[in-house]
Amino acid sequence: MVQKHCLAVEVRALHFAYPDGHVALRGVDLCVAPGERLALVGPNGAGKSTLMLHLNGILKGQGKVSIGDLEVIEANLRRIRAAVGMVFQNPDDQLFSPRVFDDVAYGPLYMGLSEVEVKERVRRALQQMYMEPYTYRTSHHLSLGEKKRIAIATVLAMEPSVLVLDEPSAGLDPRARRVLIELLRGLTPTMLISTHDLRLVQEICPRTVILDEGQAVADGPTATLLSDEALLAAHGLEPV
Amino acid sequence: MHSSPFDAYHPGSSLLHVLDARVKLVLTLAFVLTVSLAPFGVWPVYLLLLALALSASVASELGPSFVWRRALLALPFVLAALPLLVTLRGAPLLTISLGRWALTVTKPGLERFLSIAFKSWLSVQMAILLTATTPLPDLLMAMRALRLPRLLVAILSLMWRYLAVLIDEALRMMRAREARSGSWVGTGGGSLAWRAQVTGRMAGTLFLRGYERSERIYNAMLARGYDGSIRSFPLKPLSRGERLLLVLAVGVLVLLLMLAY
Repeated sequence: MVQKHCLAVEVRALHFAYPDGHVALRGVDLCVAPGERLALVGPNGAGKSTLMLHLNGILKGQGKVSIGDLEVIEANLRRIRAAVGMVFQNPDDQLFSPRVFDDVAYGPLYMGLSEVEVKERVRRALQQMYMEPYTYRTSHHLSLGEKKRIAIATVLAMEPSVLVLDEPSAGLDPRARRVLIELLRGLTPTMLISTHDLRLVQEICPRTVILDEGQAVADGPTATLLSDEALLAAHGLEPV
Repeated sequence: MHSSPFDAYHPGSSLLHVLDARVKLVLTLAFVLTVSLAPFGVWPVYLLLLALALSASVASELGPSFVWRRALLALPFVLAALPLLVTLRGAPLLTISLGRWALTVTKPGLERFLSIAFKSWLSVQMAILLTATTPLPDLLMAMRALRLPRLLVAILSLMWRYLAVLIDEALRMMRAREARSGSWVGTGGGSLAWRAQVTGRMAGTLFLRGYERSERIYNAMLARGYDGSIRSFPLKPLSRGERLLLVLAVGVLVLLLMLAY
């Protein structure tokens, strides 16, 4: 029986070990309601990125992961990947096409949409990120902040129901970070943000989950968790 | 740090810049083929071909000297044809004596060497014009139109995108090495073997980083639905004018070739 607050994302008793034997997840449970914005925080190596890669089936561990009413299994992968927009930490990994347009069109093309629809989605996604003038530029020559915004546009074009962002503010200068935060606040999909930037969490995510050593050690309202200095210190985090 | 040594493209709005990349690619290939098929020593035809190359560089608004200077880069490769000077039999022109050896430059040898040098210089000129007036993504599209295997086009595209990233990474590593290569006395710097070892390790690190990056890129592709097939938009058909130009230009090249034989 799916609980009401698990309608967007449900993770049950998820275990995962990398091929070299390193155990990254030790029974993670997580429920996210539609439209909710959730922050995943925790020290390096806590399993945040590993957990995220399970949400669209790139990694497959033991346990259950569902997005909406679709379980993440081989047969559903195409629909899962259209539903989960994943923004990786390094935009150079995400922007692999010669031109910005090709990168943003990539997802919609693989969704099997018509040419007209793909172009319209590319335009809308870039417009949402205020990146339309960059449509025919080469990504290599852009700044990190610009690349991040385009990386987000590449998944917005797929119109996902869940947006997963890995360290969206890492490496950005204050102005680019501010622009990004404002842009993220304006987006409607359910959002999971993995980050070390607790001030960003305060601004964007009403709910926070602390992950440490492959387990969810705390889950609650951001304001409560971030004011608990003992809890933060115990898991390698600093109060804001 | 944004090095992009592969950006041969020079932005512009000349006739050649706005011409469809498919037409340009086909014509460049046809030109190079014509030049290579032309027999040795037919200088009048070479001059006509040169006139074509010149007109193209004028139409590109980059100027002939831009193209000529860059085309000189091809000259070292011409050295491979140098032995022809002295290995072909024929009327001797001059003899160079090197101690016990005597090398005789013959007339057919000279003619063939000059032909090869001129022909490669001509071909390289056209290739330079093509890359200087066509952005690489358009060129990739043209390759796709010519039915080059899609996988190959995709590999070229990724290579173009990531070689620049890799070079940035290498530059950063080299800078970090420079920053730690101070010395109190003398010239320092360690022995040649030690330095070779450091360079080898850097190359290895770069390879490992490249490998890890390729996995992350693959994940990013999977996350957006990549399923092993390579998809792209259907190509626009060529306009009537472009087709006409294509036929005419190929016709001229065939005519030149017939003239040469």
